[in-house]
Amino acid sequence: MPTREIAGKQVSLDDDGFLVDATDWSKEVAQVLAQEEGIADLTEGHWKVIEFMRADFAEKGAVPTIRRLNKVGGVPTKELYELFPNGPAKKAARIAGLAKPQGCV
Amino acid sequence: MKKLVILGGGTAGTIMANKMSQHLNLDQWQITLIDNDPVHYYQPGYLFIPFGIYGRNDVAKPKRDFIPPSVEFILSKVEMIEPDQNRVKLEDNRVIGYDYLIVATGSHLTPEETEGLTGPGWNKNIFEFYTGEGACRLQKFLKHWAGGKLVVNVVEMPIKCPVAPLEFLFLADWWFTEQGIRDKVDLSFVTPLPGAFTKPKASQILDNFLDKKNIHLVPEFNIGSVDSENNKIVSYDGKQVEYDLLVTVPTNMGSSLIERSGMGDELNFIPTDKHTLQSKAHENVFVIGDATDLPSSKAGSVAHFQADILTENLLRHIEGLPMLERFDGHANCFIESGFGKGLLIDFNYDVEPLPGKFPLPGIGPFSLLEETQMNHFGKMMFRWVYWNLLLKGAELPIEAEMNMAGKRR
Ligand SMILES: Cc1cc2nc3c(=O)[nH]c(=O)nc-3n(C[C@H](O)[C@H](O)[C@H](O)COP(=O)(O)OP(=O)(O)OC[C@H]3O[C@@H](n4cnc5c(N)ncnc54)[C@H](O)[C@@H]3O)c2cc1C
Repeated sequence: MPTREIAGKQVSLDDDGFLVDATDWSKEVAQVLAQEEGIADLTEGHWKVIEFMRADFAEKGAVPTIRRLNKVGGVPTKELYELFPNGPAKKAARIAGLAKPQGCV
Repeated sequence: MKKLVILGGGTAGTIMANKMSQHLNLDQWQITLIDNDPVHYYQPGYLFIPFGIYGRNDVAKPKRDFIPPSVEFILSKVEMIEPDQNRVKLEDNRVIGYDYLIVATGSHLTPEETEGLTGPGWNKNIFEFYTGEGACRLQKFLKHWAGGKLVVNVVEMPIKCPVAPLEFLFLADWWFTEQGIRDKVDLSFVTPLPGAFTKPKASQILDNFLDKKNIHLVPEFNIGSVDSENNKIVSYDGKQVEYDLLVTVPTNMGSSLIERSGMGDELNFIPTDKHTLQSKAHENVFVIGDATDLPSSKAGSVAHFQADILTENLLRHIEGLPMLERFDGHANCFIESGFGKGLLIDFNYDVEPLPGKFPLPGIGPFSLLEETQMNHFGKMMFRWVYWNLLLKGAELPIEAEMNMAGKRR
């Protein structure tokens, strides 16, 4: 499992680049992960999504879907795609320090 | 008298009515099943209607024929579940109390969730085949279609029978070949998933199938709207796919009853314990079939496996015994692949579909993840099994829990 220094901290990442240990997450770590995803600066809009995702995960134990971010988190889907282009569910989850969302069958 | 009430008399509710009437002491228990539709539909049969293989009468029979005489059948829409009062309200304001409730109200299509989908093109050159009426309308359209771009689009997951859109394409490839116009038809599969299926091994094999049959795969496409004036679908991130004929699998949601009763998630599916099938919010409410929020496939075969486990758990709960945490997400699906052949997949929460033989290890007669004629017969035989054995809660030679024997990693 690759370990890397991010924002001055040793952090373990899985094969897809997601945090292995959720407690490694910090706002600084998020900023670095965001840059790797091509997002130069996390704006207020980004933080609203990230914070909702983390709170929802803590409560429900599952990474929220795009529909849930829309219906429960109040983030219009169009806006979500603007904030996190190309696969917002995956990108936002990674930046929020959560696990890779499971595609359901 | 104690009361067991079952909401929904589709696949799961009908199996449960049969099983519970065999296992409960009917001197002490009254079983009631409530559904608003007198007709039972064999939904897997919808797939064959657009190609004229089945007609409506092959997939529809009276519900009452499959409900045991000892079970009270009420034909009415359920207006509300009031789980804190242990009662349900019917459309005519009748109130029915219960000691135990089984919710089996399934899932249905909500095309209005997608902008423009039910616009001017709806039922003109945009069709669905997940309802009997939709499948029949598509059959009429296809009969006279001269060819062009046919796009099958899955709007969002989860959908019931996640392999049905693929099967539709495989059958379309065969059918247009039979009609002598395959060279005039361009087939595409546009899906929000990264490949043809969610699980990697099966996805890889199915991707190859699409390729072999000259069906284009457009993955990771999350549809935002339909532009029916210009005949194209547009994704949230601005990608576009043009169509002459759009066959959509719209968003699948749980019954609006669940929303009215405040019991569901954002898709009106009920939060349910993955292994016991008890609802997370109410001790005496159990959920089965498509109505659950479980990460298992929404399929009749899954409802059948769940029914074995739910029966045992209900009986144990009634006796005051601890429930068995046994449901493992087992699913078993035949995949019709066209030209008289089919594939079969068998998997659960933890084990993805693998190659091998089924149900007898090394013998079969069915082959997992391999295209054979026998698998096609299995698919066609399933209709008989469904009407004559499965709905009646009879034992089938397949265990509820998945078996690793016969599978190859
Ligand atoms: C095109 C297609 C192909 C499929 N192919 C396969 C396949 O090959 N293999 C397989 O295993 N599965 C297949 N399936 C899936 C399978 O049909 C479903 O998963 C299964 O029927 C689910 O059973 P259920 O009892 O949960 O829901 P359903 O059978 O849908 O029953 C739900 C019932 O609840 C009733 N209801 C809902 N709301 C209310 C209310 N408010 N008041 C009263 N009654 C209500 C409805 O009238 C309905 O009768 C397919 C489905 C489709 C659409």
